[in-house]
Amino acid sequence: MENRARKLYLIPYVLWIGLFVVTPILLVVYYSFFDLNGNFTVANYEKLFTPVYIKMILSSFWYAFLITAFCLLIAYPAAYFITKSKYKQLLLLLIILPSWINLLLKAYAFLGIFSTYGAANSFLEAVGIGTRQILFTDFSFVFVAVYIFIPFMLLPIFNALDKLNPTLIDASRDLGASAWITFQKVVFPLTIDGVKSGVQAVFIPALSLFMITRLIAGNRVITLGTAIEQHFLITQDWGMGSAIAVFLIITMVVIMVVTGTRKRGVQ
Amino acid sequence: MNKLIRAFVAVFAVAFLLMYTVSKLNESEGKTAGNTLTVFNWGDYIDAELIDQFEKETGIKVIYETFDSNEAMMTKIEQGGTAYDVAVPSEYAIDKMKKANQLLPVDHSKIPNLKFIDERFMNLAFDPGNKYSIPYFWGTVGILYNKDLMKGKEITAWNDLWGPELRNEILLVDGAREVMGMGLNSLHYSLNDTNKQHLIEAKEKLDTLTPNIKAIVGDEIRMLMENDEATIGVVWSGTASELMWKKENLEYVVPEEGSNLWFDNMVIPKTAKNVEAAHKFINFMLDPKIATQNTEYVGYSTPNKKALEYMPKEIVSDERFYPDPEQTERLEVYENLGPNMLAYYNELFLEFKMHKK
Repeated sequence: MENRARKLYLIPYVLWIGLFVVTPILLVVYYSFFDLNGNFTVANYEKLFTPVYIKMILSSFWYAFLITAFCLLIAYPAAYFITKSKYKQLLLLLIILPSWINLLLKAYAFLGIFSTYGAANSFLEAVGIGTRQILFTDFSFVFVAVYIFIPFMLLPIFNALDKLNPTLIDASRDLGASAWITFQKVVFPLTIDGVKSGVQAVFIPALSLFMITRLIAGNRVITLGTAIEQHFLITQDWGMGSAIAVFLIITMVVIMVVTGTRKRGVQ
Repeated sequence: MNKLIRAFVAVFAVAFLLMYTVSKLNESEGKTAGNTLTVFNWGDYIDAELIDQFEKETGIKVIYETFDSNEAMMTKIEQGGTAYDVAVPSEYAIDKMKKANQLLPVDHSKIPNLKFIDERFMNLAFDPGNKYSIPYFWGTVGILYNKDLMKGKEITAWNDLWGPELRNEILLVDGAREVMGMGLNSLHYSLNDTNKQHLIEAKEKLDTLTPNIKAIVGDEIRMLMENDEATIGVVWSGTASELMWKKENLEYVVPEEGSNLWFDNMVIPKTAKNVEAAHKFINFMLDPKIATQNTEYVGYSTPNKKALEYMPKEIVSDERFYPDPEQTERLEVYENLGPNMLAYYNELFLEFKMHKK
């Protein structure tokens, strides 16, 4: 009886996974083996290892790495500060709030702020640095991407820090460890899982960013996401687009495994 | 357990109620299946007031959707998720859709206003006898530049863009055919060239333009040019004329080496559900008064002879936007190059985009 009921509950899960996860992935893999004329081929994968795509893959990884690194650099201290604050929930809400606003809208806002006669340059002018080109540079691209991804990095780190037992820190200090050693040997190892999920939540989507590469970087940054979009919408070379997508899926699995479940540190 | 079931029932009840309300609302607006028309058009390519007017006059409800490239439009029509009744592709896309058997023939007897269209835009190579398509707008690709920022220097040719004084001052439109075409034309090749050697040459020539390029963007180019973000933009003529009405210091030129001449025509996709209303809509858009209002809003060149009579003389006689047949002779219409060549164009375009300064 109980067993049957349990099987019943399984149905929505199996249906969901089957229809929206397994089938699409299989379709993507299937399409990746066909060329423009509908012939079976592995040429799409061979093409992935030509200089053009290798360059694109390397630049995607480089930007995704930069974005993740800056997110971590900002989110970790911020999360730490928030856990120590009296207004924890309010501060957290303020960080998450921008993620409720449509991404496109935010991108257009930055287009205005960073333009030659925008707010950012008016400020630079006022403090005597003078007008710079901000829009369509690597800086603006990484800045906007970090802005967009910060909540995804901050939340898991915040949760990990929040769960941390404060008596452990006291104990460490009592036993003579400096603040830095305490952070290095106690706080960071105990929150590493939060950092890992944050890194996954940022690095993986950052690899396939597309829209803001056009809006903010003016197509001066080309990522794998841009290439997929172009292959599906413009050249209608679904095979090549799918091959890139398969490559990304494999990369993501690798990243998940590497940063994944291994338990480390003191527990 | 009971709580869970109750929650489920509540969610379903709310969902059902919402669906019911939406369908009732649609009905009260007359949006039943037999009485709607789904139009698929380029972004910002119609005066929205005209849609209201069409709805009022005919009682047909219009569902209006937009796209930003011929390729994206064709993909959506091919997949058939939405039954579009009218679409507005460009010439090479019409040729492609015709060959893929995706279009319905247009019944000319239901479009009496067709007589107002200039003969010059009828019976073109991509659709002999206009069996499948009716002219909507036409135009060119050219260079829009800011006269003040150019300090009196004029631009007349694609090759002028390579000038060292234009460092970081050029915005390009994000289209493989447009940008590759510009590279080909600057070398005096045809923009329908399929010789790979020529294409590689064009791509290498474009690479040397990289220091002058500020960004490669989509429709944002209008906003950026309006705000003096760059001196030069490579744009479609309609974007240029719209901006030139707003800003007097802008100038548009069709480069002397040649450029693209294009036609956007209205078609009825095979997936259409309301063919009758589609014909009504096409006829409505060809009405001279309506076409005039639409042209004044959109800024592209109308193929409607009668509408030209209603429009201000200085616009109609402006050769930058209404070049006469002799001037359009040196311009080329995009040919449908086939999927493999299109993929090659795009690959080179992608490589060009990745070329670092």
